[in-house]
Amino acid sequence: MGDSTQEVVLAADGRPLKQSLRRALMRQKMRAVMLVAPLLIFVIVTFIVPILSMLFRSVENDIVANTIPGTVIELSEWDGSTGEPPHEDVYRNLFIDLFKAEEAKQHTRLGSRLNYEQSGLSSLFRTTGRSLDGIGELWQDPLEDIDPAFEDGAFWYEMMSGSGGEGLLEQRRGLMAAMSGEEMTGDVGFVPSQQIVEMLPWTARAYTDFAIWAAIQDKDTVSEEDPWESVYGALGMDLTNPETISAINSYGGPGANALKAAAENIDQLPQEGFREAFVAEDDDWGSSDIWGTIKLYSPNMTPGYFLNSVDLQLTPEGIETKPANEQIYTKLFIRTLVMALIITASCIVLGYPVAWLLSNLPMRTSSLLMILVLLPFWTSLLVRTSAWKVLLQQQGVINEILVWLGFVNDADRLILMNNATGTVIAMTHILLPFMVLPLYSVMKTIPPSYQRAAKSLGATNWTAFWRVYFPQSVPGIGAGSILVFILAIGYYITPEIVGGTDGVFISNRIAYHISSSLNWGLAAALGSILLVVVLGLYWCYDKIVGIDNVKLGG
Amino acid sequence: MADGASNEAFVEFERVQKSYDGESLVVKDLNLTMPKGEFLTMLGPSGSGKTTCLMMLAGFETATHGDIRLGGVSINDIPPHKRGIGMVFQNYALFPHMTIAENLAFPLEVRKMGKAEQEEKVKRALDMVEMGSFGGRRPAQLSGGQQQRVALARALVFEPELVLMDEPLGALDKQLREKMQFEITYLAHQLGITTVYVTHDQTEALTMSDRVAVFDDGRIQQLAAPDQLYEAPENSFVAQFIGENNTLEGVIKEIKGNTCVVQLDDGEVIDAVPVNVSQVGERTRVSIRPERVEYNRERLHEDAHTLKAEVLEFIYMGDIFRTRLRVAGNDEFVIKTRNAPDQVRLKPGQQIEIGWLAEDCRALDA
Repeated sequence: MGDSTQEVVLAADGRPLKQSLRRALMRQKMRAVMLVAPLLIFVIVTFIVPILSMLFRSVENDIVANTIPGTVIELSEWDGSTGEPPHEDVYRNLFIDLFKAEEAKQHTRLGSRLNYEQSGLSSLFRTTGRSLDGIGELWQDPLEDIDPAFEDGAFWYEMMSGSGGEGLLEQRRGLMAAMSGEEMTGDVGFVPSQQIVEMLPWTARAYTDFAIWAAIQDKDTVSEEDPWESVYGALGMDLTNPETISAINSYGGPGANALKAAAENIDQLPQEGFREAFVAEDDDWGSSDIWGTIKLYSPNMTPGYFLNSVDLQLTPEGIETKPANEQIYTKLFIRTLVMALIITASCIVLGYPVAWLLSNLPMRTSSLLMILVLLPFWTSLLVRTSAWKVLLQQQGVINEILVWLGFVNDADRLILMNNATGTVIAMTHILLPFMVLPLYSVMKTIPPSYQRAAKSLGATNWTAFWRVYFPQSVPGIGAGSILVFILAIGYYITPEIVGGTDGVFISNRIAYHISSSLNWGLAAALGSILLVVVLGLYWCYDKIVGIDNVKLGG
Repeated sequence: MADGASNEAFVEFERVQKSYDGESLVVKDLNLTMPKGEFLTMLGPSGSGKTTCLMMLAGFETATHGDIRLGGVSINDIPPHKRGIGMVFQNYALFPHMTIAENLAFPLEVRKMGKAEQEEKVKRALDMVEMGSFGGRRPAQLSGGQQQRVALARALVFEPELVLMDEPLGALDKQLREKMQFEITYLAHQLGITTVYVTHDQTEALTMSDRVAVFDDGRIQQLAAPDQLYEAPENSFVAQFIGENNTLEGVIKEIKGNTCVVQLDDGEVIDAVPVNVSQVGERTRVSIRPERVEYNRERLHEDAHTLKAEVLEFIYMGDIFRTRLRVAGNDEFVIKTRNAPDQVRLKPGQQIEIGWLAEDCRALDA
């Protein structure tokens, strides 16, 4: 027998049996896949992909590096702990980066993003965006005074263009595309001259940015357009470098005269650098706090949103807890969990007897009762919740009845709404069917003979219920609890309407960040945490109760 | 305890009636007396009231009228859990969330018995049904037959004096059923337990019981030992319901003490025993068991009446031959003969003469 197990078993046609079996099963599998495919594709496209992309937003942070790429690179050298503002080169890069970002109207987005981390940054970026032209003109005006040729777009084009600078062109094109989020493909009609790129590196960058934008975004001919103010600023930067001055003196290409004139008259150009120019526009640019925040949030991925979600914050000194008056999310998470548990418990307490009755009544009566249970499903959620509003308010039906019956003093009517009580009452009612239905379908399968057997063996009614019936209904409680708890933990509309401030859930905060504050990253982080918490609880549930102990029926 | 069977009434039904809807009676005027130690089977078609009787005895249904007594005490107002009656259910009703040992310990636990005593009793009960090694398993891990044994052990573990069984073997296959029939009877007699067994399977009823109560239409049609029931049915229903039976219809011509003459509807005349007929001219159904029919002239009484018969079908069944005949216009007349070396095998179309001893042929109500 030992040998025969080694042999390959053959099917009737001589093929190995395993292979034949696989072939036979293949068709079944294919059919199964085909049957599932439409729903699967639908779910992937409309559910899983959006959720994944949403979750990705919770760590995504490329907006800083995309919008001010040069600044970010330069800033990495800066040590914020000294309290000194960064090096002049950082401001130069900031000027060039922000200028093109302002052209593309992207600087305000960056401002809003950084404002989540430090308030005030949004307006700083907005006002600075407006004054960039002015900063550029500090250099443009004297340059044009030194040589009027600088006023002419065609002159600039002739001076800057040439050959050999394709590398720079493509690099700037890539940065521009990343910053604006647009394709930026197409012919620019301009290639920087290699000689200029080497001699005037800042100017070459600024002009190339201008050329790309003018040609592709504005659909203009580069040579006919006057350059941005940033190009003059960039030339000013180049002219502060003594090597550039000596290179200009030995330069003989296009625009050599104008450049030499500028090089000889650098004393007419502003003597201060760009740091002073920015600080003059807004003191904040001289603050190492602001720069610390920018540096902290310059990597492409950030834990910032997640830290924010648990009331922590990233500071240059490391991770710190937020000030007590800004801590809201941990409290909200705990409240959401506790209230979802309370709602689940009250659903069990209210739903169990009903389900028991339903499963033990004759068919006709139980169908009628079942309709009553399902009735809430046929009414709009919004209508039901609004109805609770009518019932629960202080001048509402419940309070009126209680006052009329004399249980409650007219002066101190119960506050049943705009607090946690309201949320619990309304949500218990709304989620009750999700508890009753699984319970009913499980209880329906418990034969009455079990309880009879227990009684015949000497058990009282209570023992028969508690020892025999109840354990068998636990899978229904499990299924109902999971359903109700998970639905409750993500509930939004009802707490929004009857919850006031004390009764809102974390989902209301998520909705607020999605639709009002537009801080999608934070919303995504909060959502991710919620998802992880639910999965974690689900895992605990599986460990404690066992997920195969959950039955929705049969 | 095996000899504990006395004639003193242990279980008594007195004029018991049961109605569910207030319009019709499911059980009509039931009277039954069981001595201790008896194995009594309630047999009948579905809807005949037998299960209702069992449920009333167990306490899950209340009698609409009448008195049920256990050991001389009326139990009408005693709730089921205080009656101390063991019960085996149709689908065993083993608690799925408990192990076999826990299932067996349950009745002991609710009686607040000590742990050690519980274990001892559970072990003994499991050994009794040869399931000693299965204590740690759950019911779903056992086969139907094993579950059946456990259910039996659980009903017996708290040593009730009365055990009720509601079609306990219905879900088993034939072979297992036969084995369990034997085991249940053996245990019941061994332990001297009074047993009320409900079934619709007449073979089960005949092989297991001391007495069988045949139910129909909410009444006991006949209450008798199995052999009595088979050989001396007291009415047409019992004759039809128990075993295979041939029926011929006719009119009483003459009654002479223990025999009567019946003229069949096609004019032929036969001898029979009058059972529940009393008048000449009354219509009757004559009942004769297939194995009591003779076609070998030599084995019949000399002056016995005989009938002409035509062979319609011959079925070889191994141990017996089953031959279907047309007799007195009845195409469903069946005779059974033993497969003996000298036995004649009849052929379809053959014309024969059949007869029987007058005492095997019973004239019953029409």
